[in-house]
This record gives sequence, structure tokens and C-alpha cells, in this order.
Amino acid sequence: MAEVDEPGKPLFAGLSDVSISEDIPVEGDISVPVGSQNVDDVFSTLDEPVKDTILRDLRAVGKKFIHVMYPKQSSALLRDWDLWGPLLLCVTLALMLQGGSADSKEDGGPQFAEVFVIIWFGSVIITLNSKLLGGTISFFQSLCVLGYCILPLTVAMVVCRLVLLGFTGTISFIIRLIVVTASFSWSVFASTAFLADSQPANRKALVVYPIFLFYFVIGWMVLTFSPSQ
Amino acid sequence: MANKDFLLHFQEFDEDDDDGLRTSKGATRVTIDDTAEPQKQHKPAGPVEEDEESYRNDDKTELLSGEKKGAPFWTLDYYQALFNVDTYQVKSRIVGSMVPWPGKNFVHLYIRSNPDLYGPFWICATLVFAIAISGNISTFLKSQGEPNYKYMPEFRKVTMAATAIYSYAWLVPLALWGVLTWRQSKVVSMVSYTFLEIVCVYGYSLFIYIPAVVLWIIPYEVLRWCSILVALCLSGSVLVLTFWPAIRSDRPRIVMAVLLAVVGLHVLLAVGCKMYFFSDAANAVHLVPENIIKATPTIRTN
Repeated sequence: MAEVDEPGKPLFAGLSDVSISEDIPVEGDISVPVGSQNVDDVFSTLDEPVKDTILRDLRAVGKKFIHVMYPKQSSALLRDWDLWGPLLLCVTLALMLQGGSADSKEDGGPQFAEVFVIIWFGSVIITLNSKLLGGTISFFQSLCVLGYCILPLTVAMVVCRLVLLGFTGTISFIIRLIVVTASFSWSVFASTAFLADSQPANRKALVVYPIFLFYFVIGWMVLTFSPSQ
Repeated sequence: MANKDFLLHFQEFDEDDDDGLRTSKGATRVTIDDTAEPQKQHKPAGPVEEDEESYRNDDKTELLSGEKKGAPFWTLDYYQALFNVDTYQVKSRIVGSMVPWPGKNFVHLYIRSNPDLYGPFWICATLVFAIAISGNISTFLKSQGEPNYKYMPEFRKVTMAATAIYSYAWLVPLALWGVLTWRQSKVVSMVSYTFLEIVCVYGYSLFIYIPAVVLWIIPYEVLRWCSILVALCLSGSVLVLTFWPAIRSDRPRIVMAVLLAVVGLHVLLAVGCKMYFFSDAANAVHLVPENIIKATPTIRTN
């Protein structure tokens, strides 16, 4: 009210002293989309044939497999995460761990559900652990990396099954031991190459150790697989 | 004029708000300052702006220096306080749990009101898998020569080991904390521990069992019992030294009972694990497939 009643004093007198150092340019583009065709249509995937959709996803999964086999500091795995690859690897590994030493129902090899639970539950726990320790990676990105890095162990499983077909006894055990050890170290190395940067520097070992334990357990399951006769 | 009227009303509303916020400012204010104030927020200088900023900073520092628990328990931030350890801290805590130093308290020396759940959780997980894997290897090595032996990775044992160890690591601290709190209400002692600190002590004290369990692979009974004894002595004495100050000012019978229970449960865990996973009882499992192998031909001929 006071401002209104003061006659002599100009309103906003202080404003005339306020000078903004740079001119704020006001310019822009106003375009009205014509019809229903807008920029989003380039990414709309509703109208494409199913084959294209599947192939695109498969190509993305394949590209990530290559990133895992040759781990370098690329962020492709982290940026476009997907869980198809981990699911594929987990199911393949669980299926290949079946059909072993099943003379008696109990105390046999891991059941399909057990492998599944170990892999997914283990990944979730490791992700939670790294987030609680102050990591900056998102939940699903971490699941994606951990799942994709099971690839070397799945390859080792295939090799082990082939070795078990060909050789028996100590030779086969030594070959399998070497293969599983190599692929286990590859998995740990690949996943730490992707995940280690997102951790604070003084806690890296705290984050890497559970990953080591996780792949060690999976490697142990691969190594101790013995087929039924 | 109409425009200015509208703007004036807007300014007044703003001014009233500011009046409410900063009562320390005098009521007599030059209009220019007030009307110019919202515009000045875009410019860095100005005493009004600084005061408001310092007011905001006071708020922030008050929140930060106060209690840590501001977040609700269903968010991740609440639990982040429990994982606030660095690598060297975990290492020193592990070493401290294995080396009993009379007079030095594990809790005061290492935990120092920063209990963490990282150590207990991952030490228990490692112990579970170490027991399962070592048990597997030892039964495999033991029955190397038997012709009917069929190697089986015994996966059920992982579940049993996990249940046993995790319940020891959580239920025993809970019981101990209950007992200590109950006695605290009767006898005031200088030292009292929170539940998380007790969980921390128990978790780290299980670390010494990991190398002991790996040693159990070697199938010499003497070696196994020796390693159990050494591990028990070390970690048991750390536990006793930790809880002695908390209970020392109580009646002697209660003191003896609590300390005996602590050591006794520790012994029970070690011996129980050895009995179940590593003894001749495991051999009985292999006889079962042998019987089945013998039984199946009879079924077929029928």
C-alpha cells in the first residue's frame, strides 16, 4: 500500500539502477506439428515387422557379448542396459547343469531353480552391497553387467561338457580345472573393469570381493558337474 | 497504470511473506529494497541476499550436524549409514577380531560407534560357502578309493550351513543384547553396547573359522581338532574380553553364566559344523546309492 500512496517517488525506482550485464536473447522456434507425424515416429516400433524387433534386440545382446569378451573401458554395457542377455545365459547355464549325477534324488547337483536363484539373488545382493557402499551405478545397470559377465563361465561349461565326453579321470579334471579357473578370472576381471569406476576409491576392494565370491561359487558349480552314466 | 497496480499487488504479497520470515528485520523498510529484492536474486551481491543465504546455510548445517537418521527405514539411505566403512577399516577390524589384547576392547578400539553390517554379512556368506565347499572336497578325498563312489556335489548342505551360521550371527547377539539390557536396568555399568555393535563383534569373530574350515580339508583328525582349538581360543577370548567390561560389575553368578554361555555357544557352532559336514557320518550317504545300484537289477528282472 505504501508504494501506491507515494506520489513523488517513481515506482520501481531501484529497477532503473539494475542493469543486467548481458542481454538475455529471446529467440526460439515454435513449430506446430502437422498432423500425427512427429519426430517420435522415427523411434516408434509398433509398425515394424516382428523380425526387425527381434533382430535389433539380438544384435544389441550380441554387441554386449563382444564387449564382455574383450573388456575395455566402454560404457556401452552400462548405458543401454538390458536383461535379455543375462536371462539367456542364466537359463543356458542352468539347463546345462542338469542331467548330472542323479542316481538319488537328494544330494545331487543343483536343481534348475537353485541355479536360477543363486545367480539372480546373488546379483541383487551384490548390487545392493555396492549401492550401500556409495556406488553411483544404477540398480539395473549393475544387474546387467553382472549377468553378462557370466558369459565366460557359460563357455567354460560347454567346454567342460565336451571334455567330459572325451576324457575321463584325472586328465579331464585337470583340463576342466584350468578352463574353469581361466574363465572365472576372466569374469571377475571383466566385471570389475565395468563396475570399479563407479565406486569410491577407498572401497574398491570391498566391492570387488563379493563379485569374486559370486563367480567363485558359480565356477565351483561348473567344475563339480559330473554327468550321470 | 493498470499494469503497475497489478505488479504492486504482487510485490505486496511478497513483502508480507518476507515479513513473516525475517522478524529480525525492522518493520520500517525502504520500499525500493523490498520491491527490488526479488529482482536482485538474479544478481549475486546485495546484503539482503546474503542474509537469506546464511539463513539457508544454518538450516542445512543444523540438519547435517544433527542425528544421522533422517531417512525413513524403507529407503536405501537409512542403511547406508551401516556400510560406512573403508577397506582399511574392515581389514583392521578383521585383524583385531583374531588377536585378543587384554585391556583393549574390540568395540572401543575398532568399532568406535561406527558399527557396520558389511563385515558380518560377507564373513558369514564366505564361511557358509567355505564350509560347503570344504566339506565336499573332504568327502571326495576320503572316498577316493571306493569303487562304488559316485561324486555328488551336495547342494543341500549349503542351505543347512547358511541357516546355522546366519542364525548364530543374528540370534545369539539378540539374546545377548537382551540379557545385557535387562541387567543394565538392575546394575548400572560403565559400558553398554548397542545391538548393532554386538552383531558386529560376533560377525567379525567368525572370521577366524574361515582358514580353520579350509584346513579341515586335510583328512587328519588331529589337525582338525587342533585348528578348532586354536580358532576357538583366539576368537573366544576376543569375545570374552569384549563383554567382560559390560558385565563385570554384576553378581558373580550372572557374570559366569553369561560368559560361559558366550563361549559355550561358540564352541557348539564349531564342533557342530565339524560333526555335520566333515565326519564319518557323511560317508553313510555314499552307501545309499550303492544299495540302489544293487536293488535296481532285481527290479528289472521282475
